[in-house]
Amino acid sequence: MSRTTFFEVEVLDGRTRQQLCFLDKVEPHATIGEIKSLFHKSYQQLYPARQDLKLDPKGKSLRDDDVLQNLPVGTTATIYFKDLGPQVGWTMVFLAEYLGPLFIYLLFYFRAPYIYSHQDVFTSSPYSVVTLACACHTCHYIKRLIEAIFVHRFSHGTMPLRTIVRNCVYYWAFSAWLAFYINHPLYTPPSYGDMQVNYALAIFVLCELGNFSIHVALNNLKAEGGPKCRRFPHPTKNPFTWLFFFVSCPNYTYEVGAWASFSVMTQCLPVALFTFLAFIQMTIWAKGKHKTYSREFKDYPQLRMPIIPLLL
Amino acid sequence: MWYTGIHVVSAKWGSVMSAPAMGTTKTAHSDVAPKKKRGPGALATAYLVIYNVVMTAGWLVIAVGLVRAYLVRGSYHGLYFSIEKPLKFFQTGALLEILHCAVGIVPSSVVLTGFQVLSRVFLTWAVTHSVREVQSEDSVLLFVSAWTITEIIRYSFYTFSLLNHLPYLIKWARYTFFLVLYPMGVTGELLTIYAALPYVQKTGLYSVTLPNKYNFSFDYYTFLILTMVSYIPLFPQLYFHMMRQRKKVLAHVEEYKTE
Repeated sequence: MSRTTFFEVEVLDGRTRQQLCFLDKVEPHATIGEIKSLFHKSYQQLYPARQDLKLDPKGKSLRDDDVLQNLPVGTTATIYFKDLGPQVGWTMVFLAEYLGPLFIYLLFYFRAPYIYSHQDVFTSSPYSVVTLACACHTCHYIKRLIEAIFVHRFSHGTMPLRTIVRNCVYYWAFSAWLAFYINHPLYTPPSYGDMQVNYALAIFVLCELGNFSIHVALNNLKAEGGPKCRRFPHPTKNPFTWLFFFVSCPNYTYEVGAWASFSVMTQCLPVALFTFLAFIQMTIWAKGKHKTYSREFKDYPQLRMPIIPLLL
Repeated sequence: MWYTGIHVVSAKWGSVMSAPAMGTTKTAHSDVAPKKKRGPGALATAYLVIYNVVMTAGWLVIAVGLVRAYLVRGSYHGLYFSIEKPLKFFQTGALLEILHCAVGIVPSSVVLTGFQVLSRVFLTWAVTHSVREVQSEDSVLLFVSAWTITEIIRYSFYTFSLLNHLPYLIKWARYTFFLVLYPMGVTGELLTIYAALPYVQKTGLYSVTLPNKYNFSFDYYTFLILTMVSYIPLFPQLYFHMMRQRKKVLAHVEEYKTE
């Protein structure tokens, strides 16, 4: 007859050290995820995604799949809690972040009332590049929505509400700003005319296809590998993925390329500014990812740079 | 303007350095300057001491210049012109402080420092220098004097902190004078920007209109108004932050003194 030693878990507030919850008769092979569910029973508002549990208030957060008996605790475990604030699921996040720019741009394209002067309401631009730009911008965000719903797999379930509000304000405001100029009655088409527009359009399309190919490739990597098997991405038969020979994050490379070509196509300074800021942010992310890859895999290709082949 | 809030981290760093003997006190302070950032090396310290001494001297020159000009003219009006050059030189020189943070010899945030220095430089060059008509306004004297006193105290605070010999008086002044100087400076700045508005609108200063080749526009007049509006959320935050710092820093020393 075997007797399992039950654990006791006390949950303390990370800042005040007050005891928030005491759980006794916890199974030793219970996971942190299950403990979060138990904690949720005592505190209705604090659903598991909002809970940040740690063994050391200054240390790393515990993962949901950590098993209690494998943690460095005695039979009475002390865990520190922090409220991460209201959380939103990733799919909702992307919907909010992408639907906004999509519709906002269209408001400007169709020259809804109160944006431009009264006589310009619901008029259209004589320039084909303006319609083309609308098509490109719209397709870009539709593609992103499709990817968000069908392609991406997310490692974290949620994102804090504050961050989403901030991100949405940024994306929505910027798309309003650039849409304002492109669809303005006083818009000036590109200096080199159709040649400039067509070349830029070609590059835009290639970059969008490239970006999509990379997302699919990364997704397949996660699908095949599963959570424990970690591999880094490789070039495949798809020529767009051959950028993996040169960079760690070709999805970001293609994204910058798409926006840069959109800037050239519309010859609009606000778009170029948006591209520049996006480039800075994505470079930061790419460098982080590159570092993670380099550290984790001994055989990581030396030739690869984070975002720009051979340079950055 | 929000210079009184600047280098809050270095202020903490400074007070950690100046309170080595307080072994029995709660370590609220050492918690605050954590992360084991090894302070600047000997060469960097020497450079920073020189930098801070030079800046202290510079702002003293401005202070003396203001007083002399007042005594000579017999009135408060138009004193800006007598200190225009050193003001521009030393306020612009403060841009180096962004570099200090970026390089790491000063433990402050680059973004925060950058924001604070740039707002000062903006007022000096893009408002006061650019719009001649406001240079004779009294509001200019208001913010210049606030800046002058603040900077003299601030740079001497850093100098003494770096030399590990911070007189309580300087620390007290740094964390007390702002209570008056900060609102005074903000008032002067806002009034100056407000005074500049009609001239900016009339001349279209720094503004770009449509149509143009790059499909861009910028209205400096609106930008200035937005700048003024931004003081509303920002000023109270920084002010109350300094007040909280004051409580922490000065209360700490009180404890020591009552032992």
